[in-house]
Amino acid sequence: MEASAGETPRHEQTTSDWSRIAASEEFKDLIALKKTFIVPAFLVFFSYYLSLALLVGCAPKLASLRVIGTVNVAYIFALSQFAVGWIIAGLYLLASSKFDRLTKDILARIDTDRGGK
Amino acid sequence: MSISLAVFLAFVASTLAITYWAAKRSRGASAYFAAGRRITAWQNGFAVAGDFMSAASFLGLIGLIALQGFDGILYSVGGFVAFVTILLVVAEPLRNTGKYTMGDVLAYRLRPRPVRALAALSTLTVAAFYMIAQMVGAGALVNLLLADSGITYNMAVVGVGILMMIYVVFGGMLATTWVQIIKAMLLSACTLVLTILVLAQFHFHLIDFFSAVSQIAYHQKGELIVRDFLQPGLRYRPPHGPLDLVSLGLIFAFGTAGLPHILVKFYTVPDAKTARHSVVWAMVLIGAFYVMTTVLGLGAAVILGPDSVLAHGGTNMAGPRLAQALAGDVFLAFVSAVAFATILAVVAGLMISASTSFAHDFWTNVVHHGVERKTDESVLVARIAALTVGVISILIAIALGPTANVLILATFGLAVAASANFPALALSIFWRRFTTAGAVAGMAAGLLATIALIVVGPTAMGIDLPSTTGAARHLIQAKPWFPLENVGIVSVPLGFLGAIVGSLISREPSAEARFDEVIVRANTGLGAETAAIH
Repeated sequence: MEASAGETPRHEQTTSDWSRIAASEEFKDLIALKKTFIVPAFLVFFSYYLSLALLVGCAPKLASLRVIGTVNVAYIFALSQFAVGWIIAGLYLLASSKFDRLTKDILARIDTDRGGK
Repeated sequence: MSISLAVFLAFVASTLAITYWAAKRSRGASAYFAAGRRITAWQNGFAVAGDFMSAASFLGLIGLIALQGFDGILYSVGGFVAFVTILLVVAEPLRNTGKYTMGDVLAYRLRPRPVRALAALSTLTVAAFYMIAQMVGAGALVNLLLADSGITYNMAVVGVGILMMIYVVFGGMLATTWVQIIKAMLLSACTLVLTILVLAQFHFHLIDFFSAVSQIAYHQKGELIVRDFLQPGLRYRPPHGPLDLVSLGLIFAFGTAGLPHILVKFYTVPDAKTARHSVVWAMVLIGAFYVMTTVLGLGAAVILGPDSVLAHGGTNMAGPRLAQALAGDVFLAFVSAVAFATILAVVAGLMISASTSFAHDFWTNVVHHGVERKTDESVLVARIAALTVGVISILIAIALGPTANVLILATFGLAVAASANFPALALSIFWRRFTTAGAVAGMAAGLLATIALIVVGPTAMGIDLPSTTGAARHLIQAKPWFPLENVGIVSVPLGFLGAIVGSLISREPSAEARFDEVIVRANTGLGAETAAIH
């Protein structure tokens, strides 16, 4: 329950508790695993997206090249941005089930540690 | 009574019923500001989509594509891809570390008063730009539709303003969320039907449709010209075209992830996993919507023609007029009512995020140092703030009148969000050395740079012919000092630079020490705000 709308009340952990969790192997594994997905996924998405602006801005001739009927490279490239976005979202959902499992382990470990005190 | 009025009144009646229901359930701050954190993934996905697909997207975008072809389509793409950033970078850490606002996340490690004060300021600035865009859209719609029913622009603006104040003041986040869910359903259905009607004109032969798109005839400076509307370059031309396009790309990719009315939605779900799933729901809806807007915009160019779009109601009315051309006055009425519903839902979302930020960040935490003197005082302050902001925005919208393309106005809000909000938010989650001085410098630099560059850019500055009058005239009659319409390519790096330099020249051991707490909370959800128990 939330009583006040002021600062979020400190959780029962102290600063050293947080640091201990942050330094634990399990937590480091979780962060490393997340990074191996999120960083490349973001870079791929971002460079793919910016390359649309660059193509249209810097190579208008290539962008206007007709591929199917009168439909040109620019429009197909623009539509493909939606596909790439959806694919990244789908892959992230798949990858995140593993993140959730590791997170659950970390939280369970914290509970047993506290119980053992 | 006209049909559009009847459809609109039916929507208003159902939203008021929702507000009454929500008001009866809503008790306490968590219920008022975050719908008790009990919204499910699909509900929040629809609500985020309903919050984001604004009058700017529906009205402005179709008109922009109808006049400028492919260059307008770049806005469709931008609106969608932004959600990849939200999914990968922002949604889950935000849900895990915050309570009601973006300021909460910053205040974890940093000194609360200065960062909250600036977060509230930039939140209110972004909301103001968006709000003006929505109100102008509402007014323009009325000019087209209800002129013969005796309802004027001013009456419509006051009506929209009063309704949104009722939703927000009485129903809080729960009512706002449900208004947005219903609106997202209506808007998606409406866009789908319109798209099918456009393609049916070409017997669903896409090749024929695009062949028509490749030969659009219209007048420019008195001459009749024929252009391929899929060919880029109708809006952004050399020498600055590429820079303007990259600039636009930057503010879309980062700006949406800093929009206060979108961020606040992730506090309404029970946990980070639900937040994640709700973003994916939103991406499905928003993606489908924006793909369809490209067909509608190009369809308006083919079926109405750019000349007719300009001559009747301007860019903001291309969508409703397309509906009228395809299926007559009844469908026009329905589409217009949906556009109205869109405006109401988005304005309510903006209003609640602005008043939450004012009450929670500024009033409770800056003015009163985080101590709430009476139970639920912040809710009362938020309600008063919503009333005040509502009245002020009604007055501004009346003063402005139905003028510029609402999409361009909304893009300015996005630029502020990308330059001021996003750098501070991202660095506070990912960078150990980030300090209060860095957050303040980054937000101030991003905010000031955006506003200053817009004021000296080609949107506000320009030399018009003496024959140009009214809204088409530039605000300042002089050659623009800054060549780009989209300021992101300068203002986003300035926001980051301010944040990084400010952090490097200051020392804040407490902020560094707290970083462990932030990353553990952000990644595990340990100690996160939980859903209200009923």
